[in-house]
Amino acid sequence: MSEIADRVKKIVVEHLGVEESKVTPEASFIDDLGADSLDTVELVMAFEEAFGVEIPEDAAEKISTVKDAIDYIEKQKAA
Amino acid sequence: MASDRIDTNRTARRRVVVTGMGIASPLGIGLENVWRRLLASESGIGRITAFDASDLPGQVAGEVPEGPTAEGKLTLGEWVPHKDQKKMDRFIHLGMVAATEAVRDSGWEPKTEQDREDTGVMIGSGIGGLQSIYEASITVNEGKARRLSPFFIPSALINLISGHVSITFGFKGPNHSAVTACATGVHAIGDAARLIMLGDAEVMVAGGAEAAVCALGIAGFCASRALSTSFNETPEKASRPWDRDRDGFVMGEGAGVVVLEEYEHAKARGAKIYAEVVGYGLSGDAHHITAPAEGHAGAFRAMKKAFANAGLTPADVQYVNAHGTSTMADDLELDAVERLFGDHARGLAMSSTKSATGHLLGAAGAIEAIFSILAIRDGVAPPTLNLDNPSRESVIDRVAHEAQRRSIRTALSNSFGFGGTNASLIVTGV
Repeated sequence: MSEIADRVKKIVVEHLGVEESKVTPEASFIDDLGADSLDTVELVMAFEEAFGVEIPEDAAEKISTVKDAIDYIEKQKAA
Repeated sequence: MASDRIDTNRTARRRVVVTGMGIASPLGIGLENVWRRLLASESGIGRITAFDASDLPGQVAGEVPEGPTAEGKLTLGEWVPHKDQKKMDRFIHLGMVAATEAVRDSGWEPKTEQDREDTGVMIGSGIGGLQSIYEASITVNEGKARRLSPFFIPSALINLISGHVSITFGFKGPNHSAVTACATGVHAIGDAARLIMLGDAEVMVAGGAEAAVCALGIAGFCASRALSTSFNETPEKASRPWDRDRDGFVMGEGAGVVVLEEYEHAKARGAKIYAEVVGYGLSGDAHHITAPAEGHAGAFRAMKKAFANAGLTPADVQYVNAHGTSTMADDLELDAVERLFGDHARGLAMSSTKSATGHLLGAAGAIEAIFSILAIRDGVAPPTLNLDNPSRESVIDRVAHEAQRRSIRTALSNSFGFGGTNASLIVTGV
């Protein structure tokens, strides 16, 4: 697992208060991890802070799973 | 006169009883723990630990002690799930603790959709999420407006205790909140009782919560010259209602919540009944934003209306839980009670439990209604601490220093707030 994936996972565990084992790449924040729409806003802000990236509103709306978040951040960091 | 317009005959209206109670206070958490400490003349006041208050004139307050639940202290994680804590300001945390205890204590668990729709919530606060607003303001001031938590607004809104309680327990009846500064707790209980009397609900979870022991809260009340400043080295002496050396109130934090229930509803499910809410009176001073009216005329009228509403007279009341904040206004309240009670003032017990808890602002009326009910249950008047030298004598026994065994059938509790708002509640044994 990449360092980014590892940190994303940690942030999700901390903010949503879920078991680490449930935070699989396919897990949906809302459907599988019990987040509501405000939780996802806060999660995206936490990602921005942790990785020093900016995630615009329209991109944030497309981030619904753990993998979506990892992919987006990895792409930003690579660019 | 307004009271002529409503039916004050208690037997003609739906009766409302108290079937559950919960407290978070500077004396700890847990109804029986707090009551035991109060009766033992213990004080919940200490030097402020929530922030560095060394540059403020007032440096003492009543903070809810943190620690193991078994010791009557607060372990927040046992009341509010960790992931939800950041969505709530501390006043909501404390409200949730008291509401959860009260609901559990009542044993009321809605089973049908109708049950849920018949159960409402009215928990208020005087100020709401002051610390959250303070922190968010700093974030915006630092040019980080986009970094504001999406939970900032819902964590600070006063009615969100009622919201969280309804979500947690599935209560779908009236969802409401009172906001009348230091009279909030009494208004919430009184208004919620009326919703039951009028048929809007069968059960109401009602009370108040406050958490303003923060830099902005203490500095703000210091600025309005309301807080005690002479007892920073002896905090437990700072709250001294009616004493000649009193010099301002001591802020406390916490919450008080009761479960109110229509009498037949409570009886039908075999609920434990603590007391009946029989009288409720409200008034406005129309005088000054912070000072009470001449002779505390507004307090007098609130009490008088509560008696009319109850169909009782002062001869029926054996205990008064005073607003008594440890300010100059204490003697004005004493004047008003003496005037109203007349010959019955002699032998009356009246104490200010703020001497032990500090002034919980929007939660004060709620915890003091609870203390009044427990005074009836146990036949004991809780003490007024630090009343060493009354600034004036009275025929009323202010229960100085130590609790007194007394036969108490009916009690009255007063709360008055900035803006000139007054409310009185009368409770009686069932």
